[in-house]
Amino acid sequence: MLPRTLARSLKREQPCATPLRFATAFSTSSIARLSPLTSVSHSPVFIDKVHEGTIPAFRVLDGEGKLLPDVPAEWREKVQAIPDEVLVKMYRTQAFLPLMDTILSSSQRQGRISFYMTSYGEEGAVVGSAAAWEPNDEVFAQYREVGVLLWRDYPLSSLMAQVFSSVNDEATKGRQMPIHYGSSKHHFHTISSPLGTQIPQGAGAAYALKSTPGRENNCVVVYMGEGATSEGDFHAGLNMASVLGGPSIFFVRNNGFAISTPAAQQYHGDGIAARGPGYGIETVRVDGNDPIAVYLACVEARKRAVEGQKPILIEAMSYRVGHHSTSDDSNAYRSAAAVDSIKKLDSPIFRLRRYLESLPTPLWSTELEESTKAEQRKAIMVEFSKAEKTKKPALAEMFGDVYGGKELERPLKEQKKELKRLIEKWGHSELWKKDLEKFDGGKEAVSRW
Amino acid sequence: MFRSTSKALLKLASRPSTRTVSSSSRSLSSPTPANLAANAKAAVVSPTPTVATSSLLKNTREDALWTPGLLWRDEEAVQVGAPPPDAPHLVEADLQPVEAGGRETTKMNMYSAIRDAMSITLRKDTQSMVFGEDVFFGGVFRCTMGLADEFGQERVFNTPLTEQGIAGFGIGLAAMGKTAVAELQFADYIFPAFDQIVNEAAKYRYRSGGMFNVGSLTFRSPCSAVGHGGLYHSQSPEAFFLQASGLKVVVPRSPIQAKGLLLAAIRDPNPVLFLEPKILYRSAVEQVPTGDYQLPLSSAEVLQEGTDLTIVSYGPPLYTIEGALHLLKNPTEDIQSLIPEDLRHLSVELIDLRTIAPYDIETVVKSVNKTGRCVVVHEASKTGGVGSELAAEVQERCFLRLEAPVGRITGWDTPFGLAYEKFYLPDQLRILDSIIETMRY
Repeated sequence: MLPRTLARSLKREQPCATPLRFATAFSTSSIARLSPLTSVSHSPVFIDKVHEGTIPAFRVLDGEGKLLPDVPAEWREKVQAIPDEVLVKMYRTQAFLPLMDTILSSSQRQGRISFYMTSYGEEGAVVGSAAAWEPNDEVFAQYREVGVLLWRDYPLSSLMAQVFSSVNDEATKGRQMPIHYGSSKHHFHTISSPLGTQIPQGAGAAYALKSTPGRENNCVVVYMGEGATSEGDFHAGLNMASVLGGPSIFFVRNNGFAISTPAAQQYHGDGIAARGPGYGIETVRVDGNDPIAVYLACVEARKRAVEGQKPILIEAMSYRVGHHSTSDDSNAYRSAAAVDSIKKLDSPIFRLRRYLESLPTPLWSTELEESTKAEQRKAIMVEFSKAEKTKKPALAEMFGDVYGGKELERPLKEQKKELKRLIEKWGHSELWKKDLEKFDGGKEAVSRW
Repeated sequence: MFRSTSKALLKLASRPSTRTVSSSSRSLSSPTPANLAANAKAAVVSPTPTVATSSLLKNTREDALWTPGLLWRDEEAVQVGAPPPDAPHLVEADLQPVEAGGRETTKMNMYSAIRDAMSITLRKDTQSMVFGEDVFFGGVFRCTMGLADEFGQERVFNTPLTEQGIAGFGIGLAAMGKTAVAELQFADYIFPAFDQIVNEAAKYRYRSGGMFNVGSLTFRSPCSAVGHGGLYHSQSPEAFFLQASGLKVVVPRSPIQAKGLLLAAIRDPNPVLFLEPKILYRSAVEQVPTGDYQLPLSSAEVLQEGTDLTIVSYGPPLYTIEGALHLLKNPTEDIQSLIPEDLRHLSVELIDLRTIAPYDIETVVKSVNKTGRCVVVHEASKTGGVGSELAAEVQERCFLRLEAPVGRITGWDTPFGLAYEKFYLPDQLRILDSIIETMRY
């Protein structure tokens, strides 16, 4: 690919008389692969892109959910071949997100949970991609991809347990802030707040898949925002994935903002997609607000990643309609009017709904919309209330899982004993009593340590 | 306790020949009329103090101006490393009413005080720049509010989201003679920058035989617990940097301290990691001198003098200790039986270490030689923490004076679990218990 582009750019920028000639500098393939000098030019060539113009974003539905007339027959067929149940589940999962997000973010405002992050605006990118993966593809997510877990039927009770740090929080045992979900059963590695750390981890996991019997047809999916691609880990991860191989998909949700920092101050150049070819990684850009395009691009990307046992980079262009988190007020750095117009003009949920309603045999309707919403809201509220009333994990969990092994390591054993002494002595005090009762087993459980 | 005095003012009046007031001459033990009144009230009700009601915070202009070690920088321009002018300490005229030419103070919380320090830097040092993630709109903790508008986005700017990049970029700026104030959004996220800070910034001078240095570089980073931060929004990573010789580490306790120490850090001829306890950004409010002033680095402050026990800490636990000492004196009914009568009037010396590296051991040693007992309190884990370092130095230097082992009341050696914060952090009861244990040893 590079020599051809180079040639194009030479043609454009070098109106020199000498005919362009590229000589192969090294003959052995191994050296050619290791050296950039696979071809030479006889005048300096400066390039700032490897693709003519802007890398296009793959789109099949317009803003009204209509199949675009320019979609070629092959891809039109692929759109039409998506099974009904996939389409309906995709829509139901997408529509579920804002219902849950609204309830949980307002419960944070009421002080009932400590923190929350919404998926507003990015439902199409997350759910559209989730639908393309096999249920046991390993996911290394950032933090705004709860849609993947919902797609994989992660129980709502587990989700609420995590958010409320309840005793049923198997994901983090009350140790992490809300939205740091994780489930080995759902092949979803537990979220960690530091940005970009999951990217090289995903490369390693993909390399591991190559030599894991029974996982030959799986791949690794790494999610990140465009902000995280500025971390050094992005370079490390993509370069390692490219050099060492392994079936992996690096899915960038380009939502335009890293907290307050707009994408324009995050990178110059043609987005994140433009970096892929630099690593020798096949790359595709997709309209992240077109769930069908996201789905199809991901299905194709997955096929290439698994068949080629190699990485693929996907950049999904979307927009973070919500605040960064409940700790953020985005009105401080962007106009609410601009956000509103995006919400109205480019909603992935609306697009998919219109598409489903417009099918010859409509898969969706106003009646279904209303009954589904009522049913989903009810399910959320039931689990919400249950989790809210549930105790925190036992206090002993503070010391658990720091190290592996049956016994606590010496410092922890000593410190746990010290805390037990303190609680036996002071546990009745007003300063501790109520807090101790919040934990499963309360003070009683501590006395059994 | 934690009171400032009007006696020293009288002393000042009686010593007209010395124009400069030694700030340490103002003892902390005798009350101002305002504090006396508060104390009289306390004798009846006595709620345990919090950051909002702490007597560690200076609520009057007079108290603020009496801040020990305060050094005025009245020059129009101040470059990094430039020595202060002669006689820059508090003088009588400073205490005159503002209309009569006295120094002004204004009520500020800690983020405003930090913003004020950066504003002064940008105004008085034309080579200075402030940058980091989300700095342009004001910062996620509001520390850079309005600075980009005031000083332009060439000097106050957003960076891409890369801590190692921000740290390295700052090193480059500083190596070229710029004054770089780099924000790393959370101390929990400082680790990608660890290499740049520890291997590069800290060693830049030494490795080049003193030919190059990045002394004009300051890293600011919000740290420590907030009540709901869990693993990655609560950490106090100061001890990781103790071995980075060449780097200074500072943790302020209040708005006055934050402004004065940050200005000192920026102007210090060494790279400084300035860790800002984020829980204090809004909750700690003081009358802060509006002018340009510095507070000394590598200098601990005795917040309360005492003779029976030394407690050393820094940052938010100082307020927890204040509460614990209040409980010791006025135990609530539920814990009365656990607090021996004879300890209720214990004379405790409380020290704010302020600079973590290189720290002021002399003040600590002087105190422990007097009291014979020492407890160190911090949020970070125990093993390899600042407490371990202090305990080792104290036993080495005060061995024959020690009546009890040096106590360390710290976070446990676990990550910072969200739901367990209450029992992870040193709280009033754990400090109280350690005071009793140390005294009863």
